[in-house]
Amino acid sequence: MSAAEKINILQAVNLALADAMADDVKVVVLGEDVGDPEGGGVIGITRGLSTRFGEARCRSTPIAEQAIIGAAIGASLVGYKPVAEIMLMNFTAVAMDMIVNHAAKLRYMSGGQTSVPIVIRTMTGAGFSSGGQHSDYVEGWFAHTAGMKVVAPSTAADAYGLMRSCIDDPDPCLFIENIPTYWLPDTPPESGSRTLLGQAKVTREGTDVTIVSYSRVAREALAAAEALSGEGISAEVIDLRTISPWDKKTVLASVAKTKRAIVAHEALRYFGPGGEIASTINEELFSSLKAPVSRLGAPTTPVPFSKPLEDAFMVGSKEIVAAAKALVAYK
Amino acid sequence: MATVNEPRAGTGGARPTDEILLKIYKKVTLIRQNDNRSVAVLKAGRLSMPYYSPRGQEVIPSSVSTALRDDDYICTIYRGIHDMLAKGMPLRDLWAEIAGRVTGICKGKGGPMHLTYPDKGIMVTTGIVGSSMPIANGLAWASQMDGNDKVTVAYFGDGASNIGAFHEALNLAGLWKLPVVFVCQNNRFAEHTAYNKSTAADRIADRAIGYNMPGVRVDGNSPVEMYQAAKEAIDRARAGGGPTLIEAMTFRFSGHVYGDDDAYMDPVVKAEYVAADPVPRFRSWLISEGIATDEHLGAIERAIEADLDDAVSFAETSAFPGLEELERDVFAGEIAA
Repeated sequence: MSAAEKINILQAVNLALADAMADDVKVVVLGEDVGDPEGGGVIGITRGLSTRFGEARCRSTPIAEQAIIGAAIGASLVGYKPVAEIMLMNFTAVAMDMIVNHAAKLRYMSGGQTSVPIVIRTMTGAGFSSGGQHSDYVEGWFAHTAGMKVVAPSTAADAYGLMRSCIDDPDPCLFIENIPTYWLPDTPPESGSRTLLGQAKVTREGTDVTIVSYSRVAREALAAAEALSGEGISAEVIDLRTISPWDKKTVLASVAKTKRAIVAHEALRYFGPGGEIASTINEELFSSLKAPVSRLGAPTTPVPFSKPLEDAFMVGSKEIVAAAKALVAYK
Repeated sequence: MATVNEPRAGTGGARPTDEILLKIYKKVTLIRQNDNRSVAVLKAGRLSMPYYSPRGQEVIPSSVSTALRDDDYICTIYRGIHDMLAKGMPLRDLWAEIAGRVTGICKGKGGPMHLTYPDKGIMVTTGIVGSSMPIANGLAWASQMDGNDKVTVAYFGDGASNIGAFHEALNLAGLWKLPVVFVCQNNRFAEHTAYNKSTAADRIADRAIGYNMPGVRVDGNSPVEMYQAAKEAIDRARAGGGPTLIEAMTFRFSGHVYGDDDAYMDPVVKAEYVAADPVPRFRSWLISEGIATDEHLGAIERAIEADLDDAVSFAETSAFPGLEELERDVFAGEIAA
């Protein structure tokens, strides 16, 4: 693949899985419809893997989320590195016991005798009128669980690099893929590259306000920063990439400089991850802040179906721009 | 109501050898003596833990484990100390753990409901009803992918056969022909609720047909019958013949958890089962059959008492974990957050 050629996030995840499977025979993929006879995933993320590596290593399962995660956990206890797909993030609710009570806790409860090096891939996001059970961002459930790492890339390069790092990692990782941004052409990753877990990226430098985000909204933050620059406001944009454990150092260093911060995500604002981040900024930088930290997230409703309602539900660049202006105007 | 408690020749083959029967007895009496000691230490106030007594169910894992190898895996549940002892959990590691000491097998961070000992294949102990089975599948799937002949046993109770995880796990195991044996210890109670108020099926073993695997109901208090059923299922799994569901009939001699008043258990029925205690009956039978002498079995029992003295003393004189352990083992590395 030439460096000039663009690829999208969907292709980047596929490439990361293929490269990891080629590098290590212990990397296996399982989930609903993941094998090529079943289409290689409902939108083709795992396409080609079962043909190339065999159906034993890319195995389609029944629609049984507890069985999927249980099988991944068990195999991981004895040397495998399973990447389990839970097709949509809302379906993680069905496997919550396996993820939260088992995958996340077995290392601790066994006093470090066992570990669960699994990756749980899942996709989600509003924007396609999929309604209340196919679009939710519930990363807060998992970030609130000790023993889970939670990542959400917004670029193809990070999708590849984070997937490789999650597969390498000795502990359970939840890998969140945003549906509406799957197909955007993007800079391709370097083969074999890793994006370190727990490391945010400053995607645009600025001096007046820091916008902290991840996943789809990280792209909206960049668009907002561009719009703000036209109005004389210099915004610094941080893509967390890893939601938990999040990169406090990078965020605090940025806000120490800009003295204003917005935390924006698609998840509900109420009890959302933004609350944790905003609170930490307030605790660490209270005396130097020029305005209270602003939080942007969805209203406290299920994801609505009807297009105007869904649009209103989603945080976009418009809301970020408005929040940034309000912070700069704050007296 | 009492189950047939005498060991009897089952249909699965010849009676186990005397050597096997003695191995089973050693495990059975270890579990019973460990239970007696646990209750005594709890009563004396020297230990504080949630304790789910396996008393009455000793024969099941003792027989199953005798048919397993050291490198076979088990996943068990909160009422699982019998399963672990039968699989080879050392007493010192166990007692120090249930006493919350740093010398415990999980450094005091798991406790009685999460005992883990991979050296003998004790991979997961869960406090969640039904959750041993999906993970057992994964261990068995790994063996299948590796092409080795290890077998995994999932233990669970009759109550767990009503939770979704049971059905998801049996379906996957049946579909993928996994080398796993599902051993349901039917002790007639789902926590406080009697079997007939909790389970629609008359026989849990019958549920196997829906998952394309053999389902057998056996007298779990009969070492001969239990061993034969376990051996057959384990041999089949090891040879690539897929999973089996065994419903082992037994009875829980006490309430759900130590300290509950078990008023929900019919006292007449309970008395019948306790009178038919499988442990002394197995002991008498071994002597009457000429397999062992009273002196021989007495020596085994005294050795176990000495081991228990040693384990309890080891636990009670061990240090509690230092506070540096609190945030250790959440991840392989230190917590970044």
